[in-house]
Amino acid sequence: MIFPWRRLRQLGVLGMNQRNADYILPFNPRHHYPLVDDKRRTKQLALAAGIAVPKLYGVVEMVHQIKRLDKLLGPHEDFVIKPAHGSGGEGILVVNGRYQGRYRKASGVILTAEEIGHHIANILSGMYSLGGLPDTALIEYRVKFDPLFEAVSYLGVPDIRTLVYRGIPALAMIRLPTRLSDGRANLHQGAIGVGIDLVTGRTSAGVWQEHAIDRHPDTEGEIRNLRIPHWESVLELAARCFDLVNLGYIGVDIVLDRDLGPMVLELNARPGLSIQLANKVGLQPRLQRIQRLSEIPSSAAERVALGKSLA
Amino acid sequence: MKNLHIKILAFLLVMIGLGLAYYKVTRLGLPVLPAEQTEVWMVEARLAFEAKGGPVKARFYIPNAPPGFTVVGEDFISSKYGLTMDEGDINRTAQWAVRRAEGKQVLYYRIELAPEIAHIKPQKGNIPPFPAAPDYPEPMGSVVQALLEEVRRKSADVASFSGELLARLNASNPTENVQILRKGIESAHAWVKQVIYILAGARIPARMVYILPLKGDVSHSKLLPWLEVHNGREWLAFNPKTGSRGFPANALIWHVGDEPLLELEGGESPKVEYSVSSRFQELVLVAEQRARQINSLIMDFSLFSLPVQTQNVYRVLLLIPIGTFLIVVLRNVIGIKTFGTFMPILIALAFRETDLLWGVAMFTGIVAVGLILRFYLEYLKLLLVPRLASVLVMVILLMAVISVLTHKMGLERGLSVALFPMVILTMTIERMSLVWEEHGPGEALQQGLGSLLVAILGYLLMANKLLEHLVFVFPELLLVVLAMTLLLGRYTGYRLTEIWRFKEFLRKTELP
Repeated sequence: MIFPWRRLRQLGVLGMNQRNADYILPFNPRHHYPLVDDKRRTKQLALAAGIAVPKLYGVVEMVHQIKRLDKLLGPHEDFVIKPAHGSGGEGILVVNGRYQGRYRKASGVILTAEEIGHHIANILSGMYSLGGLPDTALIEYRVKFDPLFEAVSYLGVPDIRTLVYRGIPALAMIRLPTRLSDGRANLHQGAIGVGIDLVTGRTSAGVWQEHAIDRHPDTEGEIRNLRIPHWESVLELAARCFDLVNLGYIGVDIVLDRDLGPMVLELNARPGLSIQLANKVGLQPRLQRIQRLSEIPSSAAERVALGKSLA
Repeated sequence: MKNLHIKILAFLLVMIGLGLAYYKVTRLGLPVLPAEQTEVWMVEARLAFEAKGGPVKARFYIPNAPPGFTVVGEDFISSKYGLTMDEGDINRTAQWAVRRAEGKQVLYYRIELAPEIAHIKPQKGNIPPFPAAPDYPEPMGSVVQALLEEVRRKSADVASFSGELLARLNASNPTENVQILRKGIESAHAWVKQVIYILAGARIPARMVYILPLKGDVSHSKLLPWLEVHNGREWLAFNPKTGSRGFPANALIWHVGDEPLLELEGGESPKVEYSVSSRFQELVLVAEQRARQINSLIMDFSLFSLPVQTQNVYRVLLLIPIGTFLIVVLRNVIGIKTFGTFMPILIALAFRETDLLWGVAMFTGIVAVGLILRFYLEYLKLLLVPRLASVLVMVILLMAVISVLTHKMGLERGLSVALFPMVILTMTIERMSLVWEEHGPGEALQQGLGSLLVAILGYLLMANKLLEHLVFVFPELLLVVLAMTLLLGRYTGYRLTEIWRFKEFLRKTELP
């Protein structure tokens, strides 16, 4: 192939430069960014709109609050600590149990209270935040994933990333944590991306480290043809997030809790491009079809239907 | 059209940038290549005479904007004499005067000349009036009339007339008539006067011009009288001895007219000697002088007008846009990831001080040791800012140790480490250790090497003598860089690394 980029154009693959210039810059006004960049504000907005989110146990804003951490964490056997301004899943610490007064990470490593405190101090000093600004640490409910994913998930919780353009779901994938990704669901950290048929909610083959795969590398579980439960409400939830933050081009991350159903984990104003690899579909044709629409329905259900028909 | 606004803006910027640079090259003669040199002539006139003890006044003709040359320097050396200048239309005089002087006096006039870059048309000046035909004494009168009549028949215009006349007057076996005209003419000066006298018979305006041929290093040179005739539009030069057209190569026109070059009052036995020498000088310096001569506003407001120390700062500063443009290309077109956006460029700037190999060795060494120390600090569970500060202290101590050690070993290069940007190094160490923990050592080394590679590329670009010269002498070229950056700012094509990233798509053979 002499001109690979021509072939990519033909297939409608969206590149980084084009994503930034044609979608993020014109459709995501800068002043709305804080709504998605601050996970605490996103959570408040979602709660106000009646969208399910993981419960917030507490917030650490100052270093001296770390001393009283034990009291804050006391009532909770398991929890997640994350930076409010983190991105790409960095700085997230998942504790799924206790062991003799110490904390057990999802990977099984035991941490002392002091080490947890140090991690929070790092979050507060802005080590994981965008631009290195001082940050706050959120402590929230640890999602118990749906049993369906037991065979295809390692250490962490899978989430469903839906790309929502002008409020219409355009493409979706499920992100499965692996040993390599250390339980995190970010593709660039080694998670698996599996495409989802927007209409049926069934998974297709996945991509791991830019290679096509059929089985989970750690659990050997078949990753194809899984039916995502509550698919309709997942899509609707994603579509509703558009009204929440008024950003035209977002990635919505939704987790499926065993008991509580679909919950919005976070929104992303600069969603990555790997979703195309996971689905083996270029984004461009879909985005252009949506762009050509002169009017966008105000009801989320109608937008979901529209998204399915355009897929 | 897509991005029309940016395209027009970029086009305008390119036109302004290239246009200014073109003007500076063609009109001011600024060199496109660094360290270009040009031959500069230094001419010195030495005036020596005996003063009688009373007041002395010496009027001396000096060159006035000689065609074909740019005056890059002019000096008068005349210890106790007062100097006044008289600028005429054609000639210029310097007048030295002193109230009381006795014994041998020596005055110097010195001028430095560089060849003119752009050929400037000689100024029109006033058209001289036709001279009245002189009343020649006999037998000269009839001889001249016969000669002019003969020449007129064999010529078409003033130029060919003068050439033909000079050929006859200078013939090696002259006719009797010519012998009469040559009689009693001893000096070259008198000969030119005689020719002008004869030309007046044909009512052709002619004048004497004193020239100094510039060639080699001559210490006792003399001015040569030359002949110019006016053809109604311009003055044409002729060799009065051979009749050939034009001036000899590298001829400096010193004085126009047949007045004596030196008028001396209060002194005797004057002697004027000319010496010529040549040397090579930076073309940039010559161009600067030249621009000053033609009162170029652009040169007046150029970086050359700044103090040398500030100039040296700008020599480095102006290269940074070149480096940032490299980053733009590497990130938006190639897709290489680095620690921080412009950090590699700052490292590259540091390499300029240390040289590439030393810089790379030092960078790798300090970052490696810094990483080890950083991991030790991690064990101490310090908060971020104190931890960064601790790493910074250690980085500076490390640099001090390196400097002392290399100095003791007799390697002076090591001392240049002092200019290494330690904050940048500290941030590099911090970021690298973060990536190390979050994504493993492989990723950290990969990104570290990526940054180093970009820094090396940036250094090679910014250490380029030609580029340094170009952006300093023609800073307007940065407008071209700006234009290209603007265009790349709207580049929505794929990055090179994305082709590799999306290779899974390329494997499929069928189109959807």
